[in-house]
Amino acid sequence: MAELAERTEVMTVNIGPHHPATHGVLRLVVDLEGEVVKDLRPIIGYVHTGIEKSCEDKSYWKVIPFVERMDYVSYFFQMEAFCGAVERMIELEIPPRAKYLRTIFLELNRIHSHLVWLGTTALDLGAISMLWYCFRERERILDLFEMATGQRMHTRYFQVGGVIEDIPLGFEAKLREFIADMPVRVGQYQALLDRNEVFLSRTKGTGIVSRERLLELGVTGPLLRAAGEPWDLRKAFDYLAYPEMDFKIPVGTVGDNYDRYRVRVAEMVESTRIVEQALDALPEGPFIADDRKYVLPPRSELSTSMESLIHHFKLVTEGYRVGPGELYYAIESPRGELGCFVLADGSAKPARVHFRDPSFVNLQAFRDMSVGSYIADMICSLGMLDPILGGVDR
Amino acid sequence: MRSRQLRARDMLRGDLEGEELERYVEERVVMTNFDKMLGWARSNSIFPLTFGLACCAIEGIPMAAVTARYDIARFGAEAGRASPRQADLIILSGRVSIKMAPIIRRLYDQMLEPKWAISMGACSSSGGMFSNYAVVQGAEKFMPIDVHVPGCPPRPEAVLYGFTKLQRKIQGNPDQGWRARYGAHGTEEWARGGPRGEPSAEAAKAYLAARELIVSA
Repeated sequence: MAELAERTEVMTVNIGPHHPATHGVLRLVVDLEGEVVKDLRPIIGYVHTGIEKSCEDKSYWKVIPFVERMDYVSYFFQMEAFCGAVERMIELEIPPRAKYLRTIFLELNRIHSHLVWLGTTALDLGAISMLWYCFRERERILDLFEMATGQRMHTRYFQVGGVIEDIPLGFEAKLREFIADMPVRVGQYQALLDRNEVFLSRTKGTGIVSRERLLELGVTGPLLRAAGEPWDLRKAFDYLAYPEMDFKIPVGTVGDNYDRYRVRVAEMVESTRIVEQALDALPEGPFIADDRKYVLPPRSELSTSMESLIHHFKLVTEGYRVGPGELYYAIESPRGELGCFVLADGSAKPARVHFRDPSFVNLQAFRDMSVGSYIADMICSLGMLDPILGGVDR
Repeated sequence: MRSRQLRARDMLRGDLEGEELERYVEERVVMTNFDKMLGWARSNSIFPLTFGLACCAIEGIPMAAVTARYDIARFGAEAGRASPRQADLIILSGRVSIKMAPIIRRLYDQMLEPKWAISMGACSSSGGMFSNYAVVQGAEKFMPIDVHVPGCPPRPEAVLYGFTKLQRKIQGNPDQGWRARYGAHGTEEWARGGPRGEPSAEAAKAYLAARELIVSA
């Protein structure tokens, strides 16, 4: 035994930035002793885009498409974080219909994000068919996005003051069809994975981090909920139509990779319920606020009203000014607390836009999840962590 | 159709003889040269690198374009390869940051000839909306690109369209722009620099030189 120990030495392995299992351009430098991970250093910045800096020389309404491209799987959430922050700074109340529409799209986006996560993570664990099934449902969600907004990804649908357009005719029927189907589909995913021996033995009992440690690291979202902490900003904060919605927060017990999987899958069903409730209770009325100082006048008014034309010109050329101040507004994204900090200096451009991206903070827990486990479990933990590198690097 | 099938069956049974056999063979043989055949074979058996950078990766070859609705297997490119040494097509799907550029160049250099590159989306083609310190303003600054697919991000259909364009290029029959098809050379924006829309002297000279190249090719 002593001879064996003498011969063991630590090998450092580089994984990434181009690697199919790192879910983007993450680079990992891993110290291995045999197959066991001794230490691990994630190296980020390979898709750093300078978005926060670019936001500083755009007027407020032009910032929206930039922030969307940070975390490119949950674009609606970035838009909501930024628009919500600006709306709170200028104290602009958004109409109830816009609140409900935003809630619907946010929850659809949450399902979409979890589908992408489930497809790619199960693919890493060898269940290749999950990618096919998950992307089948993802296409249906994207069809809905396209129908309402004209774009599949990066829709720029949310505006400061509401949403840019009302949902089109036929959208509701198609959405109802989808929400009737989705719980059945989730049941099918579970039928494929929940009793799959390979999947179970690779996820159960791997990557455990205690609740206390996760709280120390500032981890939020499904990772924290899987460890038994029922922290969800949709319940804890009052924003959009969530206070009126009846939904549950799925919570795990052990905090292993299996719990993380179960929590996310259960969240998909809960999100479907939220969409259904929001659709049932969708109020009539305007979909965007009526404040001409901040919101573009409708196109039809431009040819009849001089005042509207002036407002339109003013908004498009300079944009609106936001009084000096700063504000932090946080929402629950599919990966955890997504916060947007806006610092205004009184001009038409923000002095600073900063995002607290959940992927970035959650990635800190990766070392705790992986050290001491096998390298194969490390890949599983990375999938279950669900980092989006666009959000990490920004 | 039915008669063709019947004849094929007869052929397999060995019933065709003499003139009938000759006609059968003649109908089914396509004469070509070796280069064309090689191009045809290459273009329909591309192994793309499963390489994703940002947003476009989700819509492109690593993910959505491979899945059932778009199904790049129809074009023979579903066998994604994780190692650049086994791949012959790299798709730059997303923004190329300055930190990532040398790695992409190394991946491209590690690929074996013949190799092709598609730049997917506005970011990798021109920097897109991110004209700032962090993003390389177009991947063509550090590596050759065969096809640019516009969009932010492009739809999977657009990726497939770009891919078929690349296939035609590999077959030695690249699609020219509409100017080549309609003989509309001289209407380029850069050629209309002078007063009243006539080409400036330099533009006219550059245009003639370009035309010379196209005609001689």
